[in-house]
Amino acid sequence: MSALHIAEAHNAHAAHDGEAQTTMGFWIYLMSDCLIFAVLFATFGVLAAATANGPPGRGLFELDFVLGETMLLLLSSFTFGLAMLALKVGDLRRGTGWLVATFALGAAFVGMEVFEFSELAHRGAVPQASAYLSAYFTLVGTHGLHVSFGLLWLAVMVHQIHHFGLTPVTRRRLACLSLFWHFLDLVWICVFTFVYLREFA
Amino acid sequence: MTASQAVASHGSLKTYTVGLTLSMLLTLASFGAVMLDVLPRQMRLPVIVTLCIAQLLVQLIYFLHMGSAQSQGSNTGIFVCTAFLIAIVIAGSLWVMHNANLNMMPMQLSPAQARAKE
Repeated sequence: MSALHIAEAHNAHAAHDGEAQTTMGFWIYLMSDCLIFAVLFATFGVLAAATANGPPGRGLFELDFVLGETMLLLLSSFTFGLAMLALKVGDLRRGTGWLVATFALGAAFVGMEVFEFSELAHRGAVPQASAYLSAYFTLVGTHGLHVSFGLLWLAVMVHQIHHFGLTPVTRRRLACLSLFWHFLDLVWICVFTFVYLREFA
Repeated sequence: MTASQAVASHGSLKTYTVGLTLSMLLTLASFGAVMLDVLPRQMRLPVIVTLCIAQLLVQLIYFLHMGSAQSQGSNTGIFVCTAFLIAIVIAGSLWVMHNANLNMMPMQLSPAQARAKE
C-alpha cells in the first residue's frame, strides 16, 4: 500500500468519524428539544383545569380534524423513510420525489393547524382568554413551528441535492433532517393523546 | 457499523411499512377508544396513555431505528437518560403544583373580578 493510499484511507476514516460525531451531536440537540417539550407538557398539565371561566377544550376541538392531521404527519414520516431508502441506493429522482411528497404532507399539516388556530380565535378561544389556552397555544404552536422549520430545511435539502448531488455533506445533513422529522412525530403522538384525546376521555 | 449509519440508514422498505401500519392502527385505536362509545369512562385515560406509550416505542424502533445493539448503545443511553429527566420534570411539576393547589386558600375570582381589584 502506498503512502497516498494510506492517507486516503485515513481521510475517509476521519470523514466517517466526523459524520458519526455530527449525528450524535444532533441526537443530543434533539434530546434537549425533548426537554423543552417536556417542560411545555408539564406546564400544560398543571394548567389543564385553569380555564378561568373561558371555554374548555372539550367544546373547542374537533377530533376528526385532529385525526386527519395525525394521519398526514404519520404518512409524511413514511414518505421520508422511502426518500432515504431511494437516496441510499443513489436514485436521486425517486428520492427527491419522495422528499417533495414529504414536504407536501408536512405543509398540509401546518395548513390544517393554522386553519384550526384561526377557527379557535374566531370563537374567542385566544391565548389570553385563560391560562389553559395560553399553555395550549404555546405547546401546540411550538410543535407547529418545529414542523415549519423542518419544511424550510426540507426545501433547502431538495435544492442542495439538485445542485450538489449526493455528497458526504448532503448525506449527513439528510441523516440529521430524517432524525428531526421522525422526532416531530413522537412529539405529536404525545400532543394528540394528552392535549386532544384526554379532553374527551 | 458506526452510530450514524445505525441511526440514519438502518431501515428497509419492510421496517418502514410495518412501522407505518402499526402507527396507524394504534392511532385509530386511541381515537376509537375516545370517539366510539365502547369503553367505560374510567377506562379511557389508562387505555389512551398505554396506546401512546406503545406508539412511541413503535416509532422509536421502526422509524428512528433505536435498539440495544452495540452501535446504537450511546444514542439509546442518551435517550434513556433524557426520558428519566422528562419523567422527573413532568411528574414533579404535577405533584408539586397539585399539592400547592390543595393547600392554598380557595379563591373564587373570575378574571373580570381580578381585573377590577387591581
